[in-house]
Parts: sequence; structure tokens; C-alpha cells
Amino acid sequence: MPKLFMTAHIPPTSSPASQVLEARDLTCVRGDRKLFSDLSLRVGSGDGLHIRGENGVGKTSLLRLLTGLSKPESGEVLWNAAPMSTQLSAFHRELLFLGHRDALKEELTALENLQMYAALDDVQLSLENALSALARFGLRGRENLPVHYLSAGQKRRVLMARMLTRQARLWILDEPFNALDLHAVTELEGLIAEHLAAGGLLVLTSHQAIKLENVRVLDL
Amino acid sequence: MSALLAMIHRDLLLVMRRKSEVLTALFFFVVVTSLFPLGIGADAALLRKIAPGVIWVAALLATLLGLQRMFAADYVDGSLEQIVLSPQPMVLLVAGKIIAHWIVCGLPLVILAPIIGIQFDLDASSLWVLMGTLLLGTPVLSLLGSIGAALTLGVRGGSVLMSLLILPLYIPVLIFGAGAVYANTVGLNTSGHFSLLGALLILALAFVPWVSTSAVKIAIE
Repeated sequence: MPKLFMTAHIPPTSSPASQVLEARDLTCVRGDRKLFSDLSLRVGSGDGLHIRGENGVGKTSLLRLLTGLSKPESGEVLWNAAPMSTQLSAFHRELLFLGHRDALKEELTALENLQMYAALDDVQLSLENALSALARFGLRGRENLPVHYLSAGQKRRVLMARMLTRQARLWILDEPFNALDLHAVTELEGLIAEHLAAGGLLVLTSHQAIKLENVRVLDL
Repeated sequence: MSALLAMIHRDLLLVMRRKSEVLTALFFFVVVTSLFPLGIGADAALLRKIAPGVIWVAALLATLLGLQRMFAADYVDGSLEQIVLSPQPMVLLVAGKIIAHWIVCGLPLVILAPIIGIQFDLDASSLWVLMGTLLLGTPVLSLLGSIGAALTLGVRGGSVLMSLLILPLYIPVLIFGAGAVYANTVGLNTSGHFSLLGALLILALAFVPWVSTSAVKIAIE
């Protein structure tokens, strides 16, 4: 039964080689305030987009529009040249969105969180892969500790493990560098560089300068 | 289908890690229903007469206690956004949450009901009818409650508002649930009550998951 929902609008041979996220003339209104209008952007495979701007300028709102969590006042978001809203399931299969809340369940262990999200996101994740992802980000020996006992930075590291195991083509990250120590920042930059090199797409917000090739800057 | 099972597994695992919240609702059910025989005294005829109503009202309120938790915790920590962004059909995920809520807050009531019923001096056949009505009725309570839980997400004083929204919707279940037990104690046929409860369950199953899904999406926006 789930298949009915998923395959309706994607051609079965959609090549993983080149995918495009495009926004056309987006206008976002929050309450009575117009945050931005007629905003267009385009991100292709291997490209990153770094959205900058002052607090409250609408960075997070823009990211939420791009994920489909909220709908724009006008304009549209296209995924592979077709409107995203007509192929939500296929689009969400390729999408990993990390907001500024970590969305980790405090009562569950880091490992259980990864496995739980793999099950919800319909991703095959073996125990070895999950453990090695956690180990890569310095959580070896803490796999079975409830997330509640981890520090803010360690929680971000669990999220980095999720980024690795999610197998999504498009990453939309809201302030991913928050609460990370210098070492973890380098690790995350490495992870992002790998993702882009493998043909992934990236949209992120950050107040820090990002030293990565293929990442353009958009000032709101 | 895997989406449904994944969500049920997730929610049950979370409940196992935080047992106190579930036990509160069950304890509430047991205490409230035990207070009536203690307060009224040893008038067996009166107890038999009020038993169906008291037990059913207590079941409604106990279900209500657990409802607030259905989406609120996931809403606060951002998990609900992740659930909306899952590639799996959202309706199945929401249905999974409702089923998990029933397993945790509804099923124990069905199992406890006979023990509670004994305090009210119900005979064996009335206890069976009571269990049967609860078995058909409590899923309806979880289903209808999910609408209220989803609609009041992020609203200040949401739990009070939810009670006001949801309790009136529970009235048909209460009438036919308690009515069946009462009819049985006075020797009437209960099949009509059971048919109506079954119809309510089927109706709720057919519509509510979609309604709750839309309500969650609105709350997320």
C-alpha cells in the first residue's frame, strides 16, 4: 500500500547523478510581516548553499519552505524540475532536514535513536553501520547511554551519525555548527565535503564562515 | 505496514523508559473506581446499578490523562517535524501512534475491568459484557482523542481545551458502553449496543487517522 503513495510521480529511472532543488519567486509572510519576497535559488548536485543573514530575517522560515514543512505565500519549490508538492514522498525520501531542535529522544540511547529514525525513514541500517557511524564521531562506548546523559555537543555528534546513515541526497541543515567544538567543526566540514563530492546537495544556515569549495553564499 | 510497526515499536519503547506516566493513568482508573464502593458503602443493589456508568466515566477520564502525551512530547523536541518529513505515508505513522496509545492506555483498562467490576458486585456475565464494551470502546476513545491532541498542539492550556473538545465526542461511546452493561444486568439483549459500538469503531478507524494527520500538519506549519 505505501508504494501507491510513493511512486506516482517519479520516473523509475531517475538518475542519482544530477538532481536539482530550485525555488522560484518565493514569498514568505510571518504574521503581518513580509520576511522576503521573490526569492529564487537553485542548488544542483555537488553544490552547497550557505544562507546568511541577521537574526529574524527568515533563514529558518526559508529552510522550512524548502523542506515542505510550510507553504510559501507565493512561488514554488521544484525538485528535479517538478513541483515538490506533487511528489512529496519521493522528495522526502531524498531529504534530510535537521532543525535547531535536535529531535532526539532523550530516553533512548544514541544507537536506538539512529535505528528508530532508520525505521521511520525506511532506510536499511545494519547494526555494524550504526555502531561505526557513532564511533566515527567519537561516541564509541556511549552507544548505549541514553541521550539524556550526553552533552549538547555530543547530541550534535549523534545527529552527524544520522546524517551519515540517512543516505539522503539533499541535506537541509539549520545551524549545524552550533555547540560543536573545534574538532567536531572540522569533522562536520569533512562530512559535508564528502557529501558534496558524492554528488549530494546542501542548504545550510550558519553564522560562521564555512571553508568549503562549491558552497555559495546567499545573503538574505 | 513497516511504518505502522516502526511507530508502534518506537512509542512503546519510549513508554517503557518512562513508566511513571502510564502508571499514573492506570492508578487513576483503579483509585477512582475503588472510591465509589468505599464512599457508598455496602448497598450491593445500588453499586450494581451505578457500576457501568462509574467504570466507563473513569475509563474516559483515564484515557484523557494519557492523550496529551500522544503528540506533545514529539512536538516539543522536534521529532514530529521529522515524522512529517518521513517518506512513509504519514497516515500510517499517525495510526501507529494511536495504536500505541491504545495499547498503553486502553488495553490495560480492558484487562483491569473484571477486577474493578467485582468491587461493584457485578456477576460473571456482566463482567464479560463490560470487558467486551471496553474492548470495542477504548480504541474509539484513543482515535477520537488523537484529533484533540493534534488540534491543541502548541496551544497554551492545551490540556483543558482538549478535554472540552473531546469529552462531548465521547458521549456516544459512553452511552452505548455503559448501556450494554446495564442492559445485561437487567436481563435485556445487548447485541444492539455491541453493534453500535462496533459501528462507531469502524467509522472512527475509517476517518480519524486522516483527520489527525491533517491536524498535525497544520500544527507543524
